[in-house]
Amino acid sequence: MAHTEIQNILEIRDLKVIYKTDLEVVEAVNGLDLTIGKGKTLGLVGETGAGKTTTALSILKLLPSITGRILQGEIYFDGEDILKKSEHDMQSVRGNRISMVFQDPMTSLNPVLTVGDQIAEAVQLHNPDMSKEQINERVAATLNMVGIMPSRSGDYPHQFSGGMKQRVVIAMALSCEPELLIADEPTTALDVTIQAQVLTMIRELRDRLGTSMLMITHDLGIVAQTCDDVAVMYSGIIIEAGTAEDIFLGDKHHPYTVGLFNSIPNLDIKSDRLNPITGLMPDPTNLPKGCVFAPRCNHQMEICLEARPGVFEEGTHKIRCYLFSEAAGNSKAGVDLNAE
Amino acid sequence: MYRYVIKRLLFLIPTILGVTLIIYAVMSITPGDPGRAMLGTSALQADVDAYNAALGYNLPFPIKYFNYVKAMVIDQDFGFSYLTKQPVFDEIWPRFLETLKLAFLGVFIAASVGIPFGIYAAVKQYSLWDTVPSLVAFFMAAFPSFVLGLLFLYFFSLKLNLLPSYGIGSFEHYIMPALAISIPPAAQNMRFTKSSMLEAIRQDYVRTARAKGAAERTVVWKHALRNALLPVVTQIGLSLGVLIAGAVVAEKIFSIPGIGSLIVDRIAYKDEPVIIAGTILISICFTLVMLLVDIIYAFVDPRIRAKYSNTKG
Repeated sequence: MAHTEIQNILEIRDLKVIYKTDLEVVEAVNGLDLTIGKGKTLGLVGETGAGKTTTALSILKLLPSITGRILQGEIYFDGEDILKKSEHDMQSVRGNRISMVFQDPMTSLNPVLTVGDQIAEAVQLHNPDMSKEQINERVAATLNMVGIMPSRSGDYPHQFSGGMKQRVVIAMALSCEPELLIADEPTTALDVTIQAQVLTMIRELRDRLGTSMLMITHDLGIVAQTCDDVAVMYSGIIIEAGTAEDIFLGDKHHPYTVGLFNSIPNLDIKSDRLNPITGLMPDPTNLPKGCVFAPRCNHQMEICLEARPGVFEEGTHKIRCYLFSEAAGNSKAGVDLNAE
Repeated sequence: MYRYVIKRLLFLIPTILGVTLIIYAVMSITPGDPGRAMLGTSALQADVDAYNAALGYNLPFPIKYFNYVKAMVIDQDFGFSYLTKQPVFDEIWPRFLETLKLAFLGVFIAASVGIPFGIYAAVKQYSLWDTVPSLVAFFMAAFPSFVLGLLFLYFFSLKLNLLPSYGIGSFEHYIMPALAISIPPAAQNMRFTKSSMLEAIRQDYVRTARAKGAAERTVVWKHALRNALLPVVTQIGLSLGVLIAGAVVAEKIFSIPGIGSLIVDRIAYKDEPVIIAGTILISICFTLVMLLVDIIYAFVDPRIRAKYSNTKG
């Protein structure tokens, strides 16, 4: 095994995940590579259906058991291949060393159990030796940490607002001080003022606990605020990855990334309408043979339709596009962000 | 919560008034009269009329209804049977208890067979634990209990001579009737539990529980089941009501002196006091069961509990 140095908390190599039903095979993740350094935050960006949540669920091995299949690839967490672990071993990883905050706080808490019980369950599962008092103390401390009065631990989820529920979910995820936190669009279901509060809180807690984080989002603003590294995902493939500087300030970009940035409304430029990327993501049951973005790409070439492009690397910056792999460094071929 | 229970109990009064009014109205428009039924087709019309008049049967139904309610409220008197001249209450109460015994036994069997199989079928979806019981339930839900009752009689009493075919003397007497009435609702319970459980298992909070590192057994029993059981509780409550009223089929086939068969018998004689008192007992029982279902709901689901405690008046 080539893997010796453990400076990356998470390393995903060539991951391929499908959802298989009697009718069709959905290719959700198609050879994905991803690395998160210890103590770093990686932003996984992409539009709905790009396979971001599937990737996250693969890391926890929580794909729907009947349809979801991991076909190939390796997921190294702290040097160990998670895909080789048994279900029993995974149970001591989930919620303890890797935990996850889900997208919709309205539905991700059990309506018939008190929030205190739900947090206590996570604590107790991974600290079986703790006494009841110690667990209660930990629950109170965790609630305090996310800005909820510990006296509310006997309340039920329906007695909390959406933002408060997400705080509870975050408290639950952080109660065992995990090494890796997966936040799957943690603020998408919240209104904007609450989004800012929750994000600030996640950032502070991450820094305080030294947790590594996978921040899944489609909001580039959130990425700019929270992430050290960024990976742009499209149709189950990372099409561009690098440090936040590479993505936000670099001069070479995948045409899809350019489109993503252009679709953000700009206050400085007077414009009547938004500027979306035309077209739709390819049908995951019938992916194109060549580059997955080729059908929507302005810079489409013949070769783009024939085979998947390789990775063009420049320092920490990686781009999966023929524009660069053919004539690396040739600025004529590069896409200028501002020209679009 | 107490307020809510009291409110619901008070609601029994209009319910009973409504039920009796409807029964009286229906009885008044159906043909036949107790005099003709008692004295036979060859009796003189004059004798029949005198018989009916003596019972007070010929009064217009609103007046009869008013008298009946007055007697019930003021004297706690359910009147006398037209047919046997016995006090109605003495006649129906032991039979009502007999029916209750049978119905509760049926519901108990239906729940204790249907729910575990339903849970298992949902948890092991598409395995043999799912497909075989689901197929069996599919057939059993379509079997009317009278067909089952007759089949049981034929095999277990007539052919194998294992169980008594009628009466209520011993425990063995109840086996066949209870099974006959409980198999169709057991099949329904199983199918209902399965679909409810399948829905609960796919909820986000179940995924959250798995992401916490909970074992699959904890996920199923602690997180999914409590949410999945709510609709099942309603289903069971309804099936108890249906069994109390519907046990008449089993009572007829196995000659069990229950209230259902009593009411059906007395309809032929237009024995109004017995029919109405029996109906009242059944409707009170049904209402109480539904109240119990609501209380269990509040016990299981804190959202509903909160709603009740906010109910004023």
